[in-house]
Amino acid sequence: MEPRNSALVVEDLKVHFGGGRGLFATKPTVHAVDGVSFTVPAGQTFGIVGESGSGKTTTALAIMRLVDVTAGRVTLGDTVISDLDKEDLRAARRQFQIVFQDPYSSLDPRKRAAEIVREPLDLMQIGTRAERDARVTELFGQVGLRPEQRALFPHQFSGGQRQRLGLARALSTKPDLIVCDEPVSALDVAIQAQILNLMARLQQELGLTYLFISHDLGVVQHICDEIAVMYLGQIVEQADRVTLFTNPQHPYTKALLAAVPMVHSNKRNRRDRIRLKGDPPSPVDLPNGCRFASRCPLAESRCHEQTPELREISPGHRAACLLL
Amino acid sequence: MSAPLLSVDDLVVDFSTRAGNARVLDHVSLEVTSGEVLGIVGESGCGKSMTALSIMGLVPNPPGKVTSGSIRLEGRELVGLSEAELCEVRGRDIGMIFQEPMSSLNPVFTVGEQIAESVRLHENASPKAAMARAVEMLRAVEIPEPELRAKAYPHQLSGGMRQRVMIAIALACRPRVLIADEPTTALDATVQAQIFDLLQDLQTETGTAIILITHDMGAIAELADRVAVMYAGRVVEKGTVETVLSNPQHPYTKGLITCVPHLEPEPPMLREPLPEIPGVVPALTDLGKGCAFAPRCLERIAQCDDSKPPLKATTGPHLTACWVAGQ
Repeated sequence: MEPRNSALVVEDLKVHFGGGRGLFATKPTVHAVDGVSFTVPAGQTFGIVGESGSGKTTTALAIMRLVDVTAGRVTLGDTVISDLDKEDLRAARRQFQIVFQDPYSSLDPRKRAAEIVREPLDLMQIGTRAERDARVTELFGQVGLRPEQRALFPHQFSGGQRQRLGLARALSTKPDLIVCDEPVSALDVAIQAQILNLMARLQQELGLTYLFISHDLGVVQHICDEIAVMYLGQIVEQADRVTLFTNPQHPYTKALLAAVPMVHSNKRNRRDRIRLKGDPPSPVDLPNGCRFASRCPLAESRCHEQTPELREISPGHRAACLLL
Repeated sequence: MSAPLLSVDDLVVDFSTRAGNARVLDHVSLEVTSGEVLGIVGESGCGKSMTALSIMGLVPNPPGKVTSGSIRLEGRELVGLSEAELCEVRGRDIGMIFQEPMSSLNPVFTVGEQIAESVRLHENASPKAAMARAVEMLRAVEIPEPELRAKAYPHQLSGGMRQRVMIAIALACRPRVLIADEPTTALDATVQAQIFDLLQDLQTETGTAIILITHDMGAIAELADRVAVMYAGRVVEKGTVETVLSNPQHPYTKGLITCVPHLEPEPPMLREPLPEIPGVVPALTDLGKGCAFAPRCLERIAQCDDSKPPLKATTGPHLTACWVAGQ
């Protein structure tokens, strides 16, 4: 199916938490997402990778309007998601849906599978009762669940099947964009492949756009067309999947790639790679200059003073590093 | 190969459940020699962690019990030891690192006290000497400012630091065997790499044997010398890491290696769908008389449904439990 003409455009997105007055002092401000911009063409998969605290999940939640946007603009097709108020937002939600990491806690344990998948249709009053039921049956087929499983409760499904339910629920309103927050991280390795293949097939059949959040570089490399690497609330490098992995430029990307254990390596050659020391600094006390400088093996004195801009270093390849 | 430091022979562990008897370990045999890393891989519910718990004498009883088989540490039988005797073995001879460092540390004691506890228990050290050892261990696991950190509580440390503390506790009495059950699953990639480096360094220094339990074939490739693949409570393939990874014989091992999207230094332009292992791990209460993997196996033949294949040599010390492999 042809992709629908509705690209996702994120411009200078900022999400800050805290900063209000507490009992004794001003609460510290957490710069969870701090000036993130990217565009996802319709029908493509855009991946965001990073470690915990990098702001990748907050970016996803902000696009879904599940956390308050501090500044910036999010547009999907003709809809400015970040400007919508309550009722308009509810109506617009049929265009963009989310799949969560933990397929167990994100499904209501007291509802039957068919009800869970039908709920978005009920809430948005899409179609007649009979149409909704028919749609549920169709969705069960699309995600590879058997029709007789409609009457079961979430605990009667395996982890992989629960994630299929999560996908069916997200697909029910025929959205353009599906935000996937670590959709396979909680699944066993053999089940991951089943879900990733299903997602790829659904994308082709339905022309879906995916925003794919993950910490697993192997999974991201497999499923994404374009990938952004985040560190402490900002994108430090972005390129298409082939360029990013064959020609990484930012020292953080290089270190992240070097940290992944590979089947083709062995005990002897794993030592000659870049190693990062310590943990990422907290997003509360952000350092001056480059945010990665304190852990960067190549950092010079100017890295601690000047802030690098995310700029194009070759066509379609952006990186934020003073040394490039 | 020198005499094994720890050997598990024909171990059978049963759990009685409402749905009937579940054989969680079915004639498992493993061995690890001094200075070696043995990897155990498989999906959840294949018996990896239960193998570790059996070695530690921590199988919850009831409902579980060791039905038959033996576990020997330097020739000494561990199955059937009293709780008091097991307490001496645990921590002193065999250390263990658990998956979730936050929930396995005691939140109301400082990390220094928690490391010192096992030293005082096993070596009758004075509180002062034990605390000195705790600080020394924190330094050994590369925690900055160890004197200061010894006085910190678990919640004041990051995930990576907590896992280092767990390693320090496990190694404080210089055990001969260290069992690491998914030691990095909860950690970020760059921190995982640091923990792997640390485990490798400590092993080179002390010669501790490590049993590494993981579902990540990449971690096996980088850390282990030998690997055992488990499925539904049985070891289905066993051999050196080089032979098993480069020439897997069991269809389950092949599936585990190919179904994961591995990071490629030069990804291909065209993307193929991932090879899948269809279906899920079976419930251990209703395993038939045939091979437990047969319902998910793409290479199954009639014999697979009739009887369980024994673990036998395919090439040299490379063992496989499959009717089809090697034919």
